[in-house]
Amino acid sequence: MVARVTKIPVGAHYGLRDWLSQRITALVITLYTVVLLGELMWHGGMDYDTWRGLFAGGAFRVLSFLFLACVYYHAWVGMRNVLMDYVKPTGVRLVLEAIVICTLVGYTGWAIQILWGPH
Amino acid sequence: MATAPRPVDKPRPVYLNLFAIRQPLPAIVSILHRVSGAALFAIGLPMALWTLQTSLGSTAGWDRVTGFFASPLAKLVLLGLVWAYLHHLFAGVRHLLGDLHIGLDLASARRSSAVVVVLALLITLAIGVRLW
Repeated sequence: MVARVTKIPVGAHYGLRDWLSQRITALVITLYTVVLLGELMWHGGMDYDTWRGLFAGGAFRVLSFLFLACVYYHAWVGMRNVLMDYVKPTGVRLVLEAIVICTLVGYTGWAIQILWGPH
Repeated sequence: MATAPRPVDKPRPVYLNLFAIRQPLPAIVSILHRVSGAALFAIGLPMALWTLQTSLGSTAGWDRVTGFFASPLAKLVLLGLVWAYLHHLFAGVRHLLGDLHIGLDLASARRSSAVVVVLALLITLAIGVRLW
């Protein structure tokens, strides 16, 4: 009795997922950019108190975090694509990809610290 | 016994010297999409996070940020990043339109890539004029 091979032996099939997440995160980034530019134009420039007030709102903090999380994921997919295309030695590419991941995970912590940490 | 060379043994017509190929405008937009994306990751992101943290921290921090971006070098870097963001954004929108099968024929693709390049440069120029 031979076990049926159900695993498709080619590719890891993360291509479509990456393609789709790159576009969804891009839409979130674009929307946030428009909202932030709208805020800047609404106030006709920016001073410290307005800026502080903008980020005092819980909803805007969550929105900002969503934006940054999308930027990080978007950056990972993009940087991975670029590294895959231009860095051929596997070891070097692996090291660079690890650096990108570590940087972005670190930035996630930094973003939380900025948005919800003590000022 | 002579055997006919298999197709794989034939020299392939590989000619990929990127500096010798005349790049069409859509190709330039595409490579600039990558360059701007990498620059935004490597320079823009840490600078944006530092700016956000420092400017929100205190009045002194706000002044430190505005003081930092008053220097000509910082303005130049900021302007470069503004261009990178705009080009990446517009080229990205062009990509999304392409996904929706909008503007895929050669003439439209050339026109939209010209729009991306020109729009990003014009807005960057306008912001540059305001910065100085």
